[in-house]
Order: sequence, then structure tokens, then C-alpha cells
Amino acid sequence: MSLAELICPAGTPAALRTAVDAGADAVYCGFQDATNARNFPGLNFTPDELASSVAYAHEQGTKVLLALNTYPPAGKFDLWRQAADTGARLGVDAFIVADMGVADYIARIHPGIRLHLSVQAAASSPEAIRYYCENFGVKRVVLPRILTIPEIRQIRKEIPCEIETFIFGNHGLMIEGRCSLTNYLTGQSTNMDGVCSPASDVEYKRHEDGSMSSQLAGFTIDCFRSDEKAGYPTICKGRYRTAHRDDAYYAFEEPISLNLSRLLPELIDAGVHAFKIEGRQRSKSYVRGVVSAFRQAVDDIRAGRQANIADLVALTEGQKQTQGAFETKKWR
Amino acid sequence: MAVSDMTKLTLGPIAYHWSAEARRDFYARIADEAPVDEVYLGEVICSKRAPFHEVDLPATIDRLERGGKTVILSTLAEVMLNRERKATADLAAMERPEIEINNAAGLYARGKRPHRIGPFLNAYNEATIAWMACQGATHVCLPTELPGPAIAAAAAAARDLGLGVEVQVFGRVSLAVSARCYHARAHARTKDNCQFICEHDADGMPLRTTDDRPILRVNGIQTQSESYVDLLPETARLVADGVSHVRLMPQAVDMVAVASAFRSVLDGSREPAEAEAALREACGGVSFSNGFYHGQAGYRRITAAAAS
Repeated sequence: MSLAELICPAGTPAALRTAVDAGADAVYCGFQDATNARNFPGLNFTPDELASSVAYAHEQGTKVLLALNTYPPAGKFDLWRQAADTGARLGVDAFIVADMGVADYIARIHPGIRLHLSVQAAASSPEAIRYYCENFGVKRVVLPRILTIPEIRQIRKEIPCEIETFIFGNHGLMIEGRCSLTNYLTGQSTNMDGVCSPASDVEYKRHEDGSMSSQLAGFTIDCFRSDEKAGYPTICKGRYRTAHRDDAYYAFEEPISLNLSRLLPELIDAGVHAFKIEGRQRSKSYVRGVVSAFRQAVDDIRAGRQANIADLVALTEGQKQTQGAFETKKWR
Repeated sequence: MAVSDMTKLTLGPIAYHWSAEARRDFYARIADEAPVDEVYLGEVICSKRAPFHEVDLPATIDRLERGGKTVILSTLAEVMLNRERKATADLAAMERPEIEINNAAGLYARGKRPHRIGPFLNAYNEATIAWMACQGATHVCLPTELPGPAIAAAAAAARDLGLGVEVQVFGRVSLAVSARCYHARAHARTKDNCQFICEHDADGMPLRTTDDRPILRVNGIQTQSESYVDLLPETARLVADGVSHVRLMPQAVDMVAVASAFRSVLDGSREPAEAEAALREACGGVSFSNGFYHGQAGYRRITAAAAS
């Protein structure tokens, strides 16, 4: 059986301590700049904060993974180089990377530190994963959220590194690292700036009939009746019109969360080494609740006990949830 | 005055599911009439479509080469299923023509033998381009969302390493790819049971916002911009900054007229304003954009006066 490590989000130093206390095997975090894919206002770490957070985590036996998982545009590579050097100096346990230039730099300059391949690299075949393992010494791949469990089981047999999968949180459905939707509407890039549907460009507009539009940079992403709860305008979760349909529809995906708790035993059996909980932008109480519940479930499964999956399913109560691509390829 | 007699005008791979007959007619006309130097062929978006036009590939290559065009085969952007892995490995095994690789699975299969780097491989910066060059890359097509200063820095680095540098200057932009088919979804089907519904949208399926503003186009697993990128006014700058190849993406418009407009700016036979007017006429009412180049929202159209 795999170790089934629990990899937990740490958007702030306080959230990091919360995740460590709740039983995370590892936490992942980033600096307060474009070097990571959650470059949101009020999130992330200064080098000093990371130093004390690494010390706290290591005292409890928890690893710290530093996300350097954006794509530096030419002319700005130094920012990523400095972030890697700072992370190495502060003693992080691994770097999570996507860009080949960043991977090559760390592999050459900091060969003693583990490299994890970010979901942003979109490596979804054994060959693509082996490319990064053989060239940069990648020790773990975070798989895109597009594979079924039988496909994950097959990949596991064909690659020389560990597998990490998302199990809970935001359900991204575009292939990560290949999405410029936000940049098209707002001028801020997911790949280069670490920004996705930024709050600074969000507006809600109430109409005379009581309906409410959610807008991003002036584009209406969805429109809600007065009896519907207005959601956040994420481009790939919006409703749009097309010629052959009478009503606006969720052209890509509904506003829905990923929750694979029912599939945990199968994923462990398929050889997944680590489970990632999404949500660096979430509150401390959210992190505490989700991490504690998954900690209990993973411990139960590893000890051969029946896990209380109902508790995990209840975490997304009141919201729509999905097992996404993992359960069946009909999702595609 | 000629911008450059050296700059190559290229035609990217067809992103849409045009019928075999439409493709044959299209490439026959390109071979005979379009002033492009290089043509990329092959299915980049959906592996299910490939069998429809693979049979014609040798004849198309031959036709284009006899027309004086250099042909390059492009590999799939998304490689996950066994048939996609095999298609990628098969292309990577070919000696000629040249290949353009769009997924790391293709890089793995190709090893250090010469290849071009496609726009889906995220060659954003000098370090990545240097890495790719030492692995056998001879040419790199930059990501479409790169702003002008980054293009200039990337092009300088690539030229120093002896690589060709390509930028898309015309056509809809690929904004996202997915494992899910949004064409099938729009018709309440799944990808495995799509019945090739995408063949009815030769220029992508338009999406509008709920208040009827055109926003995106669906092309199978790909999401594209509603607007066509048009960097004709920026072409002289791109060439001055070291870009060696400018790419036109095939749209359902008169691509010979489009190619002629760009060619006339490169060889100086028409004033940019005149060429721009011809381009507009060829494209009907489609909106043009160049926001990415100017570091702004991609859909925007920045005029030269506003940019300077």
C-alpha cells in the first residue's frame, strides 16, 4: 500500500500552522509574487514568514513544499531564480515546478532538493512524465485532474516517480498551464502572473427585475435569478449562449467542487502516493475542518478500518460536488 | 520599404474539423496561390479527427512541396490515450518532413533529433529556450499570450542559439484545452459519442454572454478567442526584434488574401494601412485584437497611436 500522504494548502502562515496541527504530512505554499499560481492579494509568504513556518512545520515532522509553478516570461526569469535560491536557503523540502527552465535551474543549482512536477506542467502520459523524471530528476508528478482511476493505475506502472492527485477543492477542468482565458479578458495571465479570474476585476450588478449579473472585466460571466445564489465569475464556470440552444448553459462546467472521498480506498490501491487538498485561498477554519477529516479517513484506511466517508462527503454539503474525470470517462 | 525579405510567412495547422474534401481544396489553393513559405500540417486538437484526413497527408505534402512550400508536421497538443501516445511516437519517429512538437510526450519520443517547438509547449523564457535548444530544438513558436518585450527578449535569446523564432500574427488564439469536449457537451453528448458534431463549425462554435456579447469560440476540446489576432501593424516591430517566422492560423476566410496582405507588408509592396484594409475586407465583420502583444486584455484592439 502507498503511504497516502496528505498534502495541504497553506495560503498564510496562520493557515500553515493550522494545517500542520490538523495532521498534514506536508503543506504547500508560495511567495507573495508571480512565482506561484495563487498570486492573490493577501495570500502567501514573505521570506521571513516562510523561514519561521518551515521551522514550525519541521518541528512537527511536516514537510514544506514551495510552489514555483508559473511560467516566467522572458526578461523576468531572475525573480524565479531568486525564489528558488531563497527557498533552498530556508530549507524547503521540495519545489513544485512547471517551467522547464525553472526545473533545469533547480536541478543544476540545488540538486539536493526534491523536484515535484506541478499540475501546471500538464504531464498526462507516461512519456511526458518520464521526460521530466529523466531530464530533471523529478521525484513526484501531480497528475492533471483528467484521468480515470484505471488510467492512473496504468500510468503508475510505467513511470519511475511518485504520483500525487487532487482529491478535494476547486475543480479545474481546463488543462492547467495551457489556459489564457483570464488573460484574454483581464490582461493578467494565469501562467505568467499566477492570476485566475482576479477579484479586482469582479463586479456584481443588480438588475431591475431582481436578477444579478456577475462580471469579470466588464464581461457578464453569469446571470442569476433573484431566487438563485450569485456565484463567483470564474470564466470556465459561467453560463453562455450559443445559437442552437434556447437558454444560457454551463458551456464548460457547473460551479462545482471536486470531492473524491468516496474513491480514496481505490486511489490508494491504484498506487497514488499523495493526496492534495486544493485551497490556499481558503480560511483557517476551512483548512482545519477539511484536513482533520481527511487525516482521520486516511489513517482509518491505512489501519484497515472502515473510514467514515460520510463526514468527508458532508464537507461540501450544500454545494454541488463531483468526482470529475476520476470515476468515468463519460465526464469528457 | 521592405520590412524583411528574409522573414518567413507560415501557415499553422488547421485547428478545426474541416472535411477531407475541404482540406484538399484548401491546400491545393494554398500550394498554387498563397505567398507563404512554410505550412504546418496535422491534427493538433482532437485525435478522433485524425483518421479522416491522414489518408490524404502524403498527397497534400507532395502538393505543397511541389508548390515550393516547406512542410512541417505538427503533433497533438494533448496526449493521454493510447492512440494519442502512438500517434505522437509515430510522428516523432519520422525522418522527414520536419516535425513540430506540442506535448512533452513528443519530446520524450523524439530525443535529441532535430525538431521544432510548438506553441503548446510553453517556451516562455530564455532559460527554457536554452534548455530546448540543447535537446535538439531548431525552432520555437512562442506562446501567443507573450507581450512584446518578452517576445523581444525570447527572440534575442533564441537567435543567439541559432533557432528560428515564430509568433502567431493572425487568427483565433488558443485560450485553453481540456480533456473534455465542449462541442459534444453543447449537444448533450460525450466525447466518445460525439458523432463529430464539431464539423459543422468551420470557424468554431460562437459563445455569447447572457447579455449577447460575443466572447469565445468552442472547437472540440479547445476554447478559442472570439477575435482574430491581427499583428499586421506590429509585424515590422516583431521582425526588428528578431522574430524570423510569422504564423497565420487558418480561419474560414480567404486565406490567400490574408497571406497576401502579410506578404505585402513584409516585402514592402503595400503600405501597412492599405494591407490592413485588404485584411479587413477578407475577414468580413470579425473583430481583430492585439491586446496580448501590448500587455493588455487579449481581446482588446490597441491602435498604434494609443500604444506609442
